[in-house]
Amino acid sequence: MEKKTKKKHGLFLTVLPLYAFTICFVVGPLVYMIALSFATNGAGSDTIWKFTLDNYKKIAEPVYLKSFVQSFQLAITSTVLIMLLGYPFGYFMAKLSDKGKRRMMLLIMIPFWTSSLIRMYGWIIILQAKGVLNGLLMKLGLIQDPVKILYSYPAVVIGMVYALLPFMVLSVYSSVEKMDWSLVEAARDLGAGRVRAFFDVTLKLTLPGLLTGVILSFIPSMGLFFIADILGGNKIVLVGSVIQDQVTRGSNWPFAAALAVVLMVLTSLMIWLYRKITHVKDLEGFF
Amino acid sequence: MSETLLELKNIKKSFGTTDVLNGIRLSISRGEFITFLGASGCGKTTTLRIIAGLEKPDEGQVLLEGKDVTDLEPHQRDVNTVFQNYALFPHMNVEANVGYGLKIRKVPKSEIRHRVTDMLKLVQLDGYEKRMPSELSGGQKQRVAIARALINSPKLLLLDEPLGALDLKLRRAMQTELKRLQKKLGITFLYITHDQEEAINMSDRIVVMREGKFEQTGTPDEIYNHPKTSYVADFVGNANIIRGTVHSIRDGEVLVETENQIVKAAAVPGIRQGQSVTLAVRRENIRVCKEDQEGLDAVLEDKSFQAGQLHMTLKLGSGKEITVSRYGMDTGLVQGEKVRISWNPEHAVFVNLAQEA
Repeated sequence: MEKKTKKKHGLFLTVLPLYAFTICFVVGPLVYMIALSFATNGAGSDTIWKFTLDNYKKIAEPVYLKSFVQSFQLAITSTVLIMLLGYPFGYFMAKLSDKGKRRMMLLIMIPFWTSSLIRMYGWIIILQAKGVLNGLLMKLGLIQDPVKILYSYPAVVIGMVYALLPFMVLSVYSSVEKMDWSLVEAARDLGAGRVRAFFDVTLKLTLPGLLTGVILSFIPSMGLFFIADILGGNKIVLVGSVIQDQVTRGSNWPFAAALAVVLMVLTSLMIWLYRKITHVKDLEGFF
Repeated sequence: MSETLLELKNIKKSFGTTDVLNGIRLSISRGEFITFLGASGCGKTTTLRIIAGLEKPDEGQVLLEGKDVTDLEPHQRDVNTVFQNYALFPHMNVEANVGYGLKIRKVPKSEIRHRVTDMLKLVQLDGYEKRMPSELSGGQKQRVAIARALINSPKLLLLDEPLGALDLKLRRAMQTELKRLQKKLGITFLYITHDQEEAINMSDRIVVMREGKFEQTGTPDEIYNHPKTSYVADFVGNANIIRGTVHSIRDGEVLVETENQIVKAAAVPGIRQGQSVTLAVRRENIRVCKEDQEGLDAVLEDKSFQAGQLHMTLKLGSGKEITVSRYGMDTGLVQGEKVRISWNPEHAVFVNLAQEA
């Protein structure tokens, strides 16, 4: 008995820093943000700690509602594209030789050594009217005149997909890598063709990886407003931009907090719904 | 029994620079229980995978009922496999696992449910339909894997060391049960194992494999009592291998000189005087007696008691070790004692004759 409690005590001590960290840097700010969202905005950048629901009521105004709709549309479009590109990528990567896997991993990691902001400016060079992409398409004779891609919706989607694809690739990869291929052989042996065996066995068993990838791309794509700012001009206003605006220029912290809370709730709801549909209980351990 | 179901014609396979199968030929009759017996790495699993279609041979043909199926995909063959690690689908319950093959063949749902219930009854797992594989014991998983394969009524069932992961007691019970199922259903079984006891207990015919080749094919009796090579004698019968030269032949007995002494073996045709020969004598057929009796000189090195048998290790004059086993506890012999060993001539079998003739 004594030994057991001692052991438990030891365990508690080892996880204590983890708890402390989580409370200080996750739970604390979250509670503060929620509290802030019910506070009143004073003159200038002062916050008056007086309970109000005005911040939430204000979100219902069309200009703000629109930013939510746009954010969700963009996040869903990007996530679907990331899924369609990332799953096959991760799948085939897991089937490479050990050497091939290491090389591919390196190639995926290299862009992370550069700031994502700088990489987005790189896309301007590629996508602009006299840019690399248009030049290439014109040389190939596919188009006569330059197509306007930059500062349009597709440009923002391209940027999102580019920025978030690695997360999908890596989480699918780690899931497929752990696949027990004898299960696919069993399915084939029992009469399933290659395609049927893939959908019945491989896809079902790698869903946790796919789900992790979806979450890791959906959540950030709701917030990566700088991509929309750089590649989309000022046509697409995402919730993230609105929040930033309220904090910096508007100096309305309580309203920014309310926007953030609603965004968080909606995002959690989407993920809950997705898990409900796919019946996936556990997430793939990332990295 | 004589109708040929499966024929392997000169199958060759290599992975990289390693030759795994060196020209295998075999024909299997309908309704037969045939076992591939061999140490790990002898190519038995590769042979099975080629028959299942999970691996393509580099050369040779696989004929099923006379039809060439060498290039057919696994799902196009009337062959099912029970995998070594069971390979149950972890995301499906027992019912879905067993019914999977029928579902693919678009058998109506109600009929699938019926047949799954019947099949589970057959493997004594009735009532387990809704369990998930993770909730089953090793023996139960094994039964599900067998049911999942058998429900498709394959022409040939391939079993890849299906009992390898089970404990000894359960393994014995499953051996009996597999044999019962095979008799009842009349399906041809091709069984793979490295356990000679399992092979002898269950098979109609045993194929002993070694380094990608068939060493000997025959009934359990032939393999056990009349091994053709020292490898088979040692691997299947745990026999002692004794080398020597033929001293003389008389009265239906061959006198063989070994260790500067003479031992006896029953005569076989074609043995010449002066020929070098190899004898296989199983450990239970060797008598150990006191020095005043006739026999090979030996010293008792070690005694141990295992599974109801007394095992004795003896050293001959040349330092060669001989293992002897017998029932009962003690012999009155002590370690280091000088003894003599002997056997009945009919218990010494000439092996490797093909190589040494």
